[in-house]
Amino acid sequence: MGMSRIELRVNGRDVEVEADGRTLLTHALRDHLRLTGTHIGCDTSQCGACTVHVDGKAVKSCTMLAVQAAGCDILTIEGLASGRELHPMQAAFNDFHGLQCGFCTPGMIMMAVDIVNRHGRPDEATVRAELEGNLCRCTGYHNIIKAVCAGAERMGEMA
Amino acid sequence: MYDLGYSRPASIAEALELLQQDDMAQLISGGQTLMPVLRARLAAPSQLVDIARLDDLRQIRLIDLGIEIGAGMTHAEVAASPIVRAKVPALAALAGGIGDAQIRHRGTIGGSIANNDPAACYPSAVIALGARVKTNLRMLDAEAFFAGMFTTALEPGEIVTAVQFPACVEACYLKFRNPASRFALVGVFAARLGSEHRIAIIGGGNGVFRWHEAEQHLDRGADIDGLDAVPLDLSNFTGDIHGSAEYRRHIATVITRRALATLS
Repeated sequence: MGMSRIELRVNGRDVEVEADGRTLLTHALRDHLRLTGTHIGCDTSQCGACTVHVDGKAVKSCTMLAVQAAGCDILTIEGLASGRELHPMQAAFNDFHGLQCGFCTPGMIMMAVDIVNRHGRPDEATVRAELEGNLCRCTGYHNIIKAVCAGAERMGEMA
Repeated sequence: MYDLGYSRPASIAEALELLQQDDMAQLISGGQTLMPVLRARLAAPSQLVDIARLDDLRQIRLIDLGIEIGAGMTHAEVAASPIVRAKVPALAALAGGIGDAQIRHRGTIGGSIANNDPAACYPSAVIALGARVKTNLRMLDAEAFFAGMFTTALEPGEIVTAVQFPACVEACYLKFRNPASRFALVGVFAARLGSEHRIAIIGGGNGVFRWHEAEQHLDRGADIDGLDAVPLDLSNFTGDIHGSAEYRRHIATVITRRALATLS
Protein backbone atom coordinates (compact mmCIF):
# COMPACT_ATOMS: atom_id res chain seq x y z
CA MET A 1 0.00 0.00 0.00
CA GLY A 2 0.94 3.63 -0.12
CA MET A 3 2.92 5.47 -2.72
CA SER A 4 5.76 3.99 -4.65
CA ARG A 5 8.11 5.23 -7.32
CA ILE A 6 7.58 3.54 -10.65
CA GLU A 7 10.23 3.72 -13.35
CA LEU A 8 8.94 3.64 -16.90
CA ARG A 9 10.33 4.37 -20.32
CA VAL A 10 7.72 6.39 -22.18
CA ASN A 11 8.17 7.43 -25.81
CA GLY A 12 11.90 6.92 -25.54
CA ARG A 13 12.39 8.88 -22.31
CA ASP A 14 13.06 7.45 -18.86
CA VAL A 15 10.49 8.81 -16.43
CA GLU A 16 9.48 8.24 -12.83
CA VAL A 17 5.96 8.30 -11.53
CA GLU A 18 5.01 8.42 -7.87
CA ALA A 19 1.70 6.62 -7.55
CA ASP A 20 -0.22 4.26 -5.29
CA GLY A 21 -0.62 0.57 -6.08
CA ARG A 22 -4.03 0.87 -7.68
CA THR A 23 -2.99 3.54 -10.20
CA LEU A 24 -3.82 2.32 -13.68
CA LEU A 25 -1.25 2.73 -16.43
CA THR A 26 -3.70 4.99 -18.27
CA HIS A 27 -3.96 7.30 -15.23
CA ALA A 28 -0.19 7.36 -14.80
CA LEU A 29 0.14 8.46 -18.43
CA ARG A 30 -2.67 11.00 -18.38
CA ASP A 31 -2.63 12.45 -14.86
CA HIS A 32 0.99 12.03 -13.81
CA LEU A 33 2.79 12.50 -17.12
CA ARG A 34 0.12 14.72 -18.73
CA LEU A 35 0.12 12.58 -21.86
CA THR A 36 -3.59 13.07 -22.43
CA GLY A 37 -3.60 11.71 -25.98
CA THR A 38 -4.35 8.30 -24.49
CA HIS A 39 -8.11 8.41 -23.94
CA ILE A 40 -10.39 6.66 -21.46
CA GLY A 41 -13.61 5.74 -23.22
CA CYS A 42 -15.37 3.01 -21.30
CA ASP A 43 -13.32 2.15 -18.21
CA THR A 44 -14.55 -1.44 -18.64
CA SER A 45 -11.82 -2.85 -20.93
CA GLN A 46 -14.03 -2.84 -24.00
CA CYS A 47 -13.51 0.26 -26.14
CA GLY A 48 -9.75 0.33 -26.83
CA ALA A 49 -9.47 4.15 -26.75
CA CYS A 50 -6.70 3.73 -24.15
CA THR A 51 -4.57 1.41 -26.33
CA VAL A 52 -0.81 1.94 -25.97
CA HIS A 53 2.16 -0.30 -26.75
CA VAL A 54 3.91 -1.99 -23.85
CA ASP A 55 7.17 -3.61 -24.90
CA GLY A 56 6.02 -3.42 -28.49
CA LYS A 57 2.54 -4.89 -28.04
CA ALA A 58 -0.81 -3.12 -28.07
CA VAL A 59 -2.58 -3.36 -24.73
CA LYS A 60 -5.44 -1.57 -23.01
CA SER A 61 -3.78 0.79 -20.55
CA CYS A 62 -6.95 0.83 -18.42
CA THR A 63 -6.53 -2.89 -17.81
CA MET A 64 -3.01 -2.77 -16.47
CA LEU A 65 -1.58 -1.24 -13.32
CA ALA A 66 1.20 1.30 -13.64
CA VAL A 67 3.34 -0.89 -11.35
CA GLN A 68 2.86 -3.83 -13.71
CA ALA A 69 4.46 -1.71 -16.41
CA ALA A 70 7.50 -0.86 -14.27
CA GLY A 71 10.64 -1.36 -16.33
CA CYS A 72 8.64 -1.57 -19.57
CA ASP A 73 9.04 0.41 -22.75
CA ILE A 74 5.81 2.28 -23.45
CA LEU A 75 4.75 3.98 -26.66
CA THR A 76 1.77 6.34 -26.68
CA ILE A 77 0.14 8.31 -29.47
CA GLU A 78 2.40 11.28 -28.57
CA GLY A 79 5.44 9.18 -29.42
CA LEU A 80 4.48 8.38 -33.02
CA ALA A 81 5.16 11.61 -34.91
CA SER A 82 8.70 12.85 -35.54
CA GLY A 83 8.53 16.51 -34.65
CA ARG A 84 5.90 18.12 -36.86
CA GLU A 85 5.92 15.24 -39.30
CA LEU A 86 3.04 12.83 -38.74
CA HIS A 87 3.62 9.09 -38.57
CA PRO A 88 2.40 7.52 -41.85
CA MET A 89 -0.53 5.92 -40.02
CA GLN A 90 -1.57 9.28 -38.54
CA ALA A 91 -1.28 10.85 -42.00
CA ALA A 92 -3.43 8.06 -43.49
CA PHE A 93 -6.17 8.65 -40.89
CA ASN A 94 -6.08 12.31 -41.89
CA ASP A 95 -6.09 11.67 -45.63
CA PHE A 96 -8.84 9.03 -45.58
CA HIS A 97 -10.94 10.82 -42.98
CA GLY A 98 -10.70 7.84 -40.64
CA LEU A 99 -12.40 9.75 -37.84
CA GLN A 100 -15.29 12.00 -36.99
CA CYS A 101 -15.32 13.08 -33.35
CA GLY A 102 -11.78 11.77 -32.90
CA PHE A 103 -12.21 10.31 -29.44
CA CYS A 104 -11.36 6.73 -30.42
CA THR A 105 -8.62 7.80 -32.84
CA PRO A 106 -5.52 7.54 -30.61
CA GLY A 107 -6.45 3.97 -29.71
CA MET A 108 -7.32 3.15 -33.31
CA ILE A 109 -3.98 4.43 -34.56
CA MET A 110 -1.96 2.65 -31.87
CA MET A 111 -3.80 -0.56 -32.69
CA ALA A 112 -3.35 0.01 -36.42
CA VAL A 113 0.43 0.33 -35.98
CA ASP A 114 0.42 -2.88 -33.93
CA ILE A 115 -1.55 -4.66 -36.68
CA VAL A 116 1.00 -3.56 -39.29
CA ASN A 117 3.87 -4.64 -37.01
CA ARG A 118 2.41 -8.15 -36.91
CA HIS A 119 0.77 -8.52 -40.32
CA GLY A 120 2.75 -6.27 -42.66
CA ARG A 121 0.14 -5.32 -45.26
CA PRO A 122 -3.06 -6.88 -43.94
CA ASP A 123 -6.17 -7.33 -46.10
CA GLU A 124 -9.44 -5.70 -45.18
CA ALA A 125 -10.83 -8.79 -43.42
CA THR A 126 -7.73 -9.02 -41.23
CA VAL A 127 -7.97 -5.34 -40.29
CA ARG A 128 -11.64 -5.69 -39.37
CA ALA A 129 -10.95 -8.75 -37.22
CA GLU A 130 -7.92 -7.19 -35.55
CA LEU A 131 -9.82 -4.00 -34.70
CA GLU A 132 -12.40 -5.96 -32.73
CA GLY A 133 -11.15 -4.40 -29.49
CA ASN A 134 -11.53 -0.81 -30.70
CA LEU A 135 -14.97 0.76 -30.76
CA CYS A 136 -15.97 3.78 -32.82
CA ARG A 137 -19.47 5.17 -32.44
CA CYS A 138 -19.26 7.71 -35.29
CA THR A 139 -17.69 6.48 -38.48
CA GLY A 140 -19.19 3.09 -39.15
CA TYR A 141 -15.58 1.91 -39.53
CA HIS A 142 -15.32 2.00 -43.35
CA ASN A 143 -12.92 4.94 -43.52
CA ILE A 144 -10.96 3.63 -40.56
CA ILE A 145 -10.38 0.36 -42.43
CA LYS A 146 -9.32 2.29 -45.55
CA ALA A 147 -6.94 4.41 -43.49
CA VAL A 148 -5.35 1.39 -41.82
CA CYS A 149 -4.81 -0.35 -45.17
CA ALA A 150 -3.31 2.82 -46.69
CA GLY A 151 -1.21 3.46 -43.59
CA ALA A 152 0.12 -0.11 -43.78
CA GLU A 153 1.16 0.47 -47.38
CA ARG A 154 2.95 3.72 -46.51
CA MET A 155 4.70 2.13 -43.53
CA GLY A 156 5.85 -0.65 -45.87
CA GLU A 157 7.26 1.87 -48.33
CA MET A 158 9.21 3.60 -45.58
CA ALA A 159 10.64 0.37 -44.13
CA MET B 1 -10.72 0.60 -7.21
CA TYR B 2 -9.54 -0.05 -3.64
CA ASP B 3 -5.88 0.54 -2.98
CA LEU B 4 -3.66 -2.49 -2.78
CA GLY B 5 -0.06 -3.58 -2.53
CA TYR B 6 1.92 -5.14 -5.33
CA SER B 7 4.87 -7.45 -5.54
CA ARG B 8 6.67 -9.12 -8.38
CA PRO B 9 8.39 -12.21 -6.96
CA ALA B 10 11.42 -13.61 -8.79
CA SER B 11 10.39 -17.26 -8.42
CA ILE B 12 7.41 -19.51 -7.74
CA ALA B 13 8.85 -20.26 -4.30
CA GLU B 14 8.93 -16.56 -3.50
CA ALA B 15 5.35 -16.14 -4.77
CA LEU B 16 4.20 -18.98 -2.50
CA GLU B 17 5.91 -17.36 0.46
CA LEU B 18 4.09 -14.10 -0.19
CA LEU B 19 0.75 -15.93 -0.42
CA GLN B 20 1.50 -17.81 2.79
CA GLN B 21 2.25 -14.62 4.70
CA ASP B 22 -0.95 -12.90 3.63
CA ASP B 23 -4.36 -14.60 3.38
CA MET B 24 -5.77 -11.66 1.44
CA ALA B 25 -3.08 -11.64 -1.25
CA GLN B 26 -4.16 -12.51 -4.78
CA LEU B 27 -2.16 -13.87 -7.70
CA ILE B 28 -2.27 -11.87 -10.91
CA SER B 29 -1.07 -13.04 -14.30
CA GLY B 30 -2.29 -11.15 -17.37
CA GLY B 31 -5.04 -9.54 -15.30
CA GLN B 32 -7.50 -9.26 -18.18
CA THR B 33 -10.28 -10.63 -15.98
CA LEU B 34 -8.96 -9.55 -12.60
CA MET B 35 -8.36 -5.90 -13.48
CA PRO B 36 -11.99 -5.24 -14.53
CA VAL B 37 -13.12 -7.07 -11.38
CA LEU B 38 -10.88 -4.88 -9.20
CA ARG B 39 -11.91 -1.70 -10.98
CA ALA B 40 -15.57 -2.54 -10.33
CA ARG B 41 -14.69 -3.08 -6.64
CA LEU B 42 -15.95 -6.63 -6.79
CA ALA B 43 -12.82 -7.83 -5.01
CA ALA B 44 -10.49 -6.24 -2.48
CA PRO B 45 -7.25 -8.20 -2.17
CA SER B 46 -4.62 -6.72 0.15
CA GLN B 47 -1.94 -7.17 -2.50
CA LEU B 48 -1.35 -8.56 -5.95
CA VAL B 49 1.42 -11.10 -6.45
CA ASP B 50 2.41 -10.74 -10.09
CA ILE B 51 3.61 -14.00 -11.63
CA ALA B 52 3.18 -12.97 -15.27
CA ARG B 53 6.88 -12.71 -16.03
CA LEU B 54 8.26 -15.76 -14.22
CA ASP B 55 10.54 -17.61 -16.63
CA ASP B 56 9.40 -20.98 -15.26
CA LEU B 57 5.87 -20.27 -16.55
CA ARG B 58 6.93 -18.86 -19.90
CA GLN B 59 7.66 -21.70 -22.29
CA ILE B 60 5.97 -24.01 -24.76
CA ARG B 61 7.67 -27.35 -25.34
CA LEU B 62 7.20 -30.79 -26.82
CA ILE B 63 6.63 -33.64 -24.36
CA ASP B 64 5.89 -37.36 -24.85
CA LEU B 65 2.15 -36.78 -24.54
CA GLY B 66 2.14 -33.84 -26.97
CA ILE B 67 2.79 -30.28 -25.81
CA GLU B 68 3.24 -28.44 -22.54
CA ILE B 69 2.24 -24.80 -22.36
CA GLY B 70 3.54 -22.72 -19.47
CA ALA B 71 0.80 -21.03 -17.45
CA GLY B 72 2.18 -17.57 -18.18
CA MET B 73 1.97 -17.87 -21.97
CA THR B 74 -0.37 -15.29 -23.44
CA HIS B 75 -3.21 -16.13 -25.80
CA ALA B 76 -1.32 -14.35 -28.60
CA GLU B 77 1.80 -16.44 -27.94
CA VAL B 78 -0.17 -19.70 -27.91
CA ALA B 79 -1.97 -18.69 -31.13
CA ALA B 80 1.31 -17.90 -32.88
CA SER B 81 3.36 -20.84 -31.54
CA PRO B 82 4.61 -23.12 -34.35
CA ILE B 83 4.59 -26.04 -31.89
CA VAL B 84 0.95 -25.53 -30.91
CA ARG B 85 -0.09 -24.91 -34.51
CA ALA B 86 1.55 -28.15 -35.61
CA LYS B 87 0.47 -30.40 -32.75
CA VAL B 88 -2.94 -29.04 -31.71
CA PRO B 89 -4.00 -26.54 -34.38
CA ALA B 90 -7.51 -26.17 -32.96
CA LEU B 91 -6.00 -24.96 -29.69
CA ALA B 92 -3.96 -22.30 -31.47
CA ALA B 93 -7.12 -21.19 -33.29
CA LEU B 94 -9.05 -21.07 -30.01
CA ALA B 95 -6.37 -18.91 -28.39
CA GLY B 96 -6.37 -16.59 -31.41
CA GLY B 97 -10.10 -15.97 -30.98
CA ILE B 98 -10.19 -15.08 -27.28
CA GLY B 99 -11.31 -11.54 -26.49
CA ASP B 100 -9.56 -9.10 -28.80
CA ALA B 101 -5.98 -8.51 -29.91
CA GLN B 102 -5.10 -6.27 -26.95
CA ILE B 103 -6.49 -8.78 -24.46
CA ARG B 104 -4.67 -11.64 -26.19
CA HIS B 105 -1.40 -9.74 -25.66
CA ARG B 106 -1.85 -9.87 -21.87
CA GLY B 107 -4.25 -12.67 -20.89
CA THR B 108 -2.69 -16.07 -20.10
CA ILE B 109 -3.76 -19.70 -20.28
CA GLY B 110 -3.00 -20.25 -16.59
CA GLY B 111 -5.08 -17.27 -15.56
CA SER B 112 -7.97 -18.34 -17.75
CA ILE B 113 -8.26 -21.87 -16.43
CA ALA B 114 -7.60 -20.89 -12.79
CA ASN B 115 -10.44 -18.36 -13.05
CA ASN B 116 -12.75 -20.89 -14.78
CA ASP B 117 -15.28 -18.40 -16.08
CA PRO B 118 -18.20 -20.47 -17.40
CA ALA B 119 -17.94 -18.59 -20.73
CA ALA B 120 -14.14 -18.81 -21.04
CA CYS B 121 -12.88 -20.67 -24.13
CA TYR B 122 -9.84 -22.57 -22.81
CA PRO B 123 -11.63 -24.94 -20.38
CA SER B 124 -13.44 -26.56 -23.33
CA ALA B 125 -10.12 -27.59 -24.92
CA VAL B 126 -8.69 -28.74 -21.60
CA ILE B 127 -11.70 -30.99 -20.96
CA ALA B 128 -12.24 -32.21 -24.53
CA LEU B 129 -8.61 -33.18 -25.06
CA GLY B 130 -8.22 -34.70 -21.62
CA ALA B 131 -5.38 -32.31 -20.83
CA ARG B 132 -3.48 -32.37 -17.57
CA VAL B 133 -3.06 -29.35 -15.34
CA LYS B 134 0.32 -29.08 -13.66
CA THR B 135 0.64 -27.14 -10.43
CA ASN B 136 3.51 -26.55 -8.03
CA LEU B 137 2.10 -29.46 -5.97
CA ARG B 138 0.67 -32.07 -8.34
CA MET B 139 -0.68 -33.09 -11.71
CA LEU B 140 -4.46 -32.93 -12.11
CA ASP B 141 -6.62 -34.53 -14.77
CA ALA B 142 -8.83 -32.01 -16.54
CA GLU B 143 -12.02 -33.52 -15.16
CA ALA B 144 -10.67 -33.26 -11.61
CA PHE B 145 -9.52 -29.67 -12.07
CA PHE B 146 -12.72 -27.83 -12.99
CA ALA B 147 -15.34 -27.80 -10.26
CA GLY B 148 -18.23 -25.65 -11.49
CA MET B 149 -18.34 -21.98 -12.37
CA PHE B 150 -15.41 -19.90 -11.11
CA THR B 151 -14.33 -22.91 -9.03
CA THR B 152 -11.39 -25.29 -9.41
CA ALA B 153 -9.62 -27.94 -7.37
CA LEU B 154 -6.79 -25.49 -6.62
CA GLU B 155 -5.98 -25.28 -2.92
CA PRO B 156 -4.75 -22.14 -1.19
CA GLY B 157 -1.05 -21.81 -1.98
CA GLU B 158 -1.35 -23.81 -5.19
CA ILE B 159 -0.33 -22.26 -8.52
CA VAL B 160 -1.04 -23.58 -12.01
CA THR B 161 2.36 -23.85 -13.68
CA ALA B 162 1.53 -25.50 -17.04
CA VAL B 163 -1.08 -27.35 -19.04
CA GLN B 164 -0.22 -30.51 -20.97
CA PHE B 165 -2.23 -31.37 -24.07
CA PRO B 166 -2.07 -34.53 -26.17
CA ALA B 167 -1.26 -33.95 -29.82
CA CYS B 168 -4.51 -33.86 -31.78
CA VAL B 169 -5.01 -32.56 -35.29
CA GLU B 170 -8.63 -33.71 -35.57
CA ALA B 171 -10.28 -31.07 -33.47
CA CYS B 172 -12.24 -27.87 -33.89
CA TYR B 173 -13.35 -25.11 -31.55
CA LEU B 174 -16.29 -22.96 -32.57
CA LYS B 175 -18.15 -20.35 -30.58
CA PHE B 176 -21.40 -18.55 -31.08
CA ARG B 177 -20.65 -14.98 -30.14
CA ASN B 178 -23.03 -12.57 -28.53
CA PRO B 179 -23.43 -10.13 -31.43
CA ALA B 180 -22.80 -7.07 -29.23
CA SER B 181 -20.19 -8.08 -26.66
CA ARG B 182 -18.58 -10.80 -28.85
CA PHE B 183 -18.29 -12.99 -25.76
CA ALA B 184 -19.07 -16.66 -26.35
CA LEU B 185 -22.75 -17.34 -25.74
CA VAL B 186 -21.88 -20.98 -26.32
CA GLY B 187 -18.60 -22.57 -27.38
CA VAL B 188 -17.94 -26.16 -28.42
CA PHE B 189 -14.62 -27.99 -28.62
CA ALA B 190 -15.06 -31.17 -30.68
CA ALA B 191 -12.20 -33.61 -31.03
CA ARG B 192 -11.45 -37.09 -32.25
CA LEU B 193 -8.78 -38.83 -30.17
CA GLY B 194 -8.07 -42.12 -31.89
CA SER B 195 -11.50 -43.64 -32.41
CA GLU B 196 -13.03 -41.72 -29.54
CA HIS B 197 -15.07 -38.52 -29.94
CA ARG B 198 -14.93 -35.81 -27.30
CA ILE B 199 -17.27 -32.86 -27.09
CA ALA B 200 -16.91 -30.16 -24.42
CA ILE B 201 -19.28 -27.22 -24.13
CA ILE B 202 -18.78 -23.83 -22.47
CA GLY B 203 -21.17 -20.92 -22.03
CA GLY B 204 -23.97 -23.01 -20.53
CA GLY B 205 -23.67 -21.00 -17.33
CA ASN B 206 -22.68 -23.72 -14.87
CA GLY B 207 -19.18 -24.32 -16.15
CA VAL B 208 -17.62 -26.52 -18.81
CA PHE B 209 -19.10 -30.00 -19.32
CA ARG B 210 -18.88 -32.92 -21.74
CA TRP B 211 -21.82 -33.99 -23.87
CA HIS B 212 -21.36 -37.71 -23.22
CA GLU B 213 -24.52 -38.81 -25.06
CA ALA B 214 -23.32 -37.16 -28.27
CA GLU B 215 -19.84 -38.67 -27.89
CA GLN B 216 -21.37 -42.16 -27.56
CA HIS B 217 -23.66 -41.48 -30.51
CA LEU B 218 -20.68 -40.60 -32.70
CA ASP B 219 -18.49 -43.42 -31.35
CA ARG B 220 -21.18 -45.85 -32.52
CA GLY B 221 -20.65 -44.49 -36.02
CA ALA B 222 -23.94 -42.58 -36.14
CA ASP B 223 -24.01 -39.44 -38.25
CA ILE B 224 -23.82 -35.76 -37.31
CA ASP B 225 -27.37 -34.94 -38.42
CA GLY B 226 -28.70 -37.47 -35.95
CA LEU B 227 -27.37 -35.31 -33.09
CA ASP B 228 -30.65 -33.39 -32.99
CA ALA B 229 -32.30 -36.42 -31.41
CA VAL B 230 -29.51 -37.03 -28.88
CA PRO B 231 -30.43 -35.88 -25.36
CA LEU B 232 -28.59 -32.86 -23.96
CA ASP B 233 -29.48 -32.24 -20.32
CA LEU B 234 -31.13 -28.83 -19.89
CA SER B 235 -29.75 -28.58 -16.33
CA ASN B 236 -26.33 -27.82 -17.88
CA PHE B 237 -27.71 -24.49 -19.07
CA THR B 238 -29.00 -21.38 -17.34
CA GLY B 239 -30.78 -18.39 -18.85
CA ASP B 240 -29.93 -14.70 -18.61
CA ILE B 241 -30.71 -11.52 -20.54
CA HIS B 242 -28.65 -12.80 -23.46
CA GLY B 243 -30.56 -16.04 -23.94
CA SER B 244 -32.74 -18.62 -22.20
CA ALA B 245 -31.46 -22.02 -21.15
CA GLU B 246 -33.46 -23.62 -23.98
CA TYR B 247 -31.92 -21.21 -26.51
CA ARG B 248 -28.40 -21.95 -25.30
CA ARG B 249 -29.05 -25.68 -25.49
CA HIS B 250 -30.31 -25.31 -29.05
CA ILE B 251 -27.26 -23.25 -30.05
CA ALA B 252 -24.99 -25.86 -28.44
CA THR B 253 -26.38 -28.59 -30.71
CA VAL B 254 -26.06 -26.39 -33.81
CA ILE B 255 -22.47 -25.38 -32.99
CA THR B 256 -21.54 -28.98 -32.17
CA ARG B 257 -22.78 -30.11 -35.60
CA ARG B 258 -20.82 -27.33 -37.31
CA ALA B 259 -17.63 -28.12 -35.38
CA LEU B 260 -17.92 -31.84 -36.16
CA ALA B 261 -18.53 -31.13 -39.83
CA THR B 262 -15.04 -29.61 -40.08
CA LEU B 263 -13.39 -32.85 -38.89
CA SER B 264 -12.31 -35.16 -41.69
